[in-house]
Amino acid sequence: MIKLNVNGQAKAVEVDPATPILWVVRENLGMTGTKFGCGIAQCGACTVHLDGKPVRSCSTPISVAEGKSITTIEGIAGEDGTLHRVQQAWIEAQVPQCGYCQSGQIMTATALLAKNPNPTDAQIDAAMAGNVCRCGMYNRIRQAIKAAAGQPVTKETVA
Amino acid sequence: MSKTETGSPEKKGKWTRRAFIGAGVVAGSALVVGVAVRQGNPVNRLNPLLANGKDERLLNAWVKVDADNIVTAVIPHVEMGQGVYTALAQMLADEMDADWNRVRILEAPADMQYVSDSIARDFLAPDLEVPALFEPTVAGGILELAQAMGLQFTGGSYSVRATGQRAMRTAGAAAREMLVAAAASEWQVPAGEISTANSMITHARSGSSAPFSQFALAAAEQSLPARPTLKTPDKYTIMGQPKARHDIPEKVDGSAIFGIDANVPGMKYAAVKAPPVIGATVESMDASTAKTMPGVLQILNMGDFVAVVADGYWQAQQALSSIDTKYSKTEGDGLDQEAIFARYASHLDDAGEDGGDSETEEGDVAKGFADAAVKVEAEYKVPFLAHAAMEPMNCTAWVRDGKCDVWSGHQAPVKARQAAADAAGLPFEDVTYHNAYLGGGFGRRAQGDYIAMATRIAKATGYPVKMIWSREEDTAQDFYRPSATSRFRGGLDKDGRLVSWDNIHTHLFDPKDAPTVPYYKIASHKIRKVEVPMQLRFGPWRSVDHSQHGFFIESFVDELAHAAGKDGYAFRRELLADSPRHLKVLDTAAKMSGWDTPLPDKHGRGIALVPSFGSIVAQVAEVDMSGSKPKVTKVYVAADPGFVINPDGFTAQMESAIAYGLTAALYGDITLASGKVQQSNFHDYPMLRMGEMPAIEVALINGDHQHLGGGGEPGLPPIAPAVTNAIFAATGKRIRELPLAKHDFA
Repeated sequence: MIKLNVNGQAKAVEVDPATPILWVVRENLGMTGTKFGCGIAQCGACTVHLDGKPVRSCSTPISVAEGKSITTIEGIAGEDGTLHRVQQAWIEAQVPQCGYCQSGQIMTATALLAKNPNPTDAQIDAAMAGNVCRCGMYNRIRQAIKAAAGQPVTKETVA
Repeated sequence: MSKTETGSPEKKGKWTRRAFIGAGVVAGSALVVGVAVRQGNPVNRLNPLLANGKDERLLNAWVKVDADNIVTAVIPHVEMGQGVYTALAQMLADEMDADWNRVRILEAPADMQYVSDSIARDFLAPDLEVPALFEPTVAGGILELAQAMGLQFTGGSYSVRATGQRAMRTAGAAAREMLVAAAASEWQVPAGEISTANSMITHARSGSSAPFSQFALAAAEQSLPARPTLKTPDKYTIMGQPKARHDIPEKVDGSAIFGIDANVPGMKYAAVKAPPVIGATVESMDASTAKTMPGVLQILNMGDFVAVVADGYWQAQQALSSIDTKYSKTEGDGLDQEAIFARYASHLDDAGEDGGDSETEEGDVAKGFADAAVKVEAEYKVPFLAHAAMEPMNCTAWVRDGKCDVWSGHQAPVKARQAAADAAGLPFEDVTYHNAYLGGGFGRRAQGDYIAMATRIAKATGYPVKMIWSREEDTAQDFYRPSATSRFRGGLDKDGRLVSWDNIHTHLFDPKDAPTVPYYKIASHKIRKVEVPMQLRFGPWRSVDHSQHGFFIESFVDELAHAAGKDGYAFRRELLADSPRHLKVLDTAAKMSGWDTPLPDKHGRGIALVPSFGSIVAQVAEVDMSGSKPKVTKVYVAADPGFVINPDGFTAQMESAIAYGLTAALYGDITLASGKVQQSNFHDYPMLRMGEMPAIEVALINGDHQHLGGGGEPGLPPIAPAVTNAIFAATGKRIRELPLAKHDFA
């Protein structure tokens, strides 16, 4: 039995300790907001926070999470359901298209802003480089991150 | 599209009531009432599927009004990020005068009644661009054909311009007229004195006013307007507005349900592996280790693939990777990419100057070349491409007691339902197909293969199974954008005018006009193709054949401009002398970019114009060639889709198509070695990343509101040639083969 803390709640699962966090979260805990994209930490769709740091859950065994806090996309809104400012900025910028990668994008972006509240373009590029969006909404993602950081959004960076 | 519309511009001239009911029901907006009160009519049949509250009134197959005056638009297309739910709802709601804040959206069930009649109609018009996902075999009744082909289809950039323009708007207008007629009857006033706005019906003179919901039932008693009057653009209040997308809130909090998120009590998980050489079969397998692994329930040799079913997906994957499989020999075993291109070349050589299948010919091309002052020849090549949707192919199925339920994301739900029925060996009626959001479609999710596979696994197990492809399977078992080779000869007269154009290329799938350039004024031209076996199975890929021919044509035009001693923009302006809409689009993009202003050293600007799917798009790309590889810094886009229903949504589609097309131009390269696809995942089939995304500016032009063009695909074809033309401007190096990763720029 592996004891976990997921989105602030204590959980226990009976799984092989080598099982990636992704599949434990999706199948054992029934939270499907975290997505499978590549299985080899190349696309970022599976990004969750482990003690606040973004990790690729498809390639991180659940044993690593024991004694640490896992945060998924389902856990970043306020307890009253108020969306995280990054989520709100995402809606305002009309970021998602198909939406499949967006949980991972948002988790990476929230981790970035928690560490660096006022990132430069280069810092945004570096932080987000591991997250693929096949619908290509990178400019809107950048715009939303800047808006969530309270930075002015120039037309140069958006459509 | 214009071919089926005659008469007064804002009326559906040929759409008689009979046509509505007979041809589509569905498209049918036919709605309604007249139809609804009859026994056995489609609205009655659909009612339990769509109206889920006893106070709800289904006005017709496309719209329902509930007791709280909520108008629900029933959308016969699937949402894969293109914003179709919102755009189509805008079209219906505007014509209906519905309150946008009280409009809800429901995806139509996978039912034949929602077969896209409007798409099928275009399908039968030979001079129109059509989605040839399904090869037409026989002419016949539109509905019969549409049903036979399983066309409840989303693709071909068709939703807004076909279903929206023909069905949703008509449905909304008809519903409004029926509500007004019902109110006029109750209030004993002339219908002409009644106005509608914000889901309210008002008769100002008598001071009467009521919400739609009050007359929903009575409206259903009204006769169907045969020709509902549609609005002219000056009356639009919702169309043309950048309305927020309905599907976005649930896509930022993790609650949106994609196919892969299906949750069926008791379901197990399947990992699959198909032979790496297409067409091979599983000859034998050694699963002795896999059998002993934890969680493994069943190991299935399905002939054309191996499946492991386990308690968890990771367990299934682990067990699958331990299986040693032997595959049959096929003709493709020894084939590699060079051999395929060599095969293209030999077929093109054999065709020579007059062989191949003629697609179009006009004027005296031979004389044009004989008289030409300058002759230019070039050959271009593009590779196979995978779709690489973010959500790998997946499907959940449950076959039991003579019934089958299937959960997935598919671009043609009726086709998916049929694929499941065939795989389960059950009648169509005994299959229920549940569609979810698509984590990217791009044409890949128009294929039925993954639906059939999951259904077969579920049939073998008897319990519900969720099959998920690994990224490696998704990459190696795609229906690829075909590789192709295209050869051109062009002749210029002594003044540098283009007088002859000769093109021969491999492969033509769809749209048939992709290799043609009727908008360019060329004295003589001929365009031919040769069919060459490709080995890999192929399918539509965002913008389909325009993705190849856009690059071929606009590269060659640029080469001609250079040979004529002219600038690429000025040369295209001359060619567009008789195409004012195209010219305006070109001029707009060039002006936005500051075409004549100087750029720093090792920077370049390139321009390209490609009309596709009814929309005209020009792009100017700026590249920075000072590093070891091209960096696209900025793209200016001008687009004329006739009329833009949702400007922000359309703009987002331009951004998206540029990213998708730029990924392909920079990196996309599926290659074969010994018959096997060599790429497997994002490390060897790379994607554009955040830091590589150019800034984009988009200008939208409403050039013809009666003839709408598509939005999902037309932004893609111009980007590759705009970039390679910019590289030429910056470096003098002409790119004739994609991707750019093949070339050395150091």
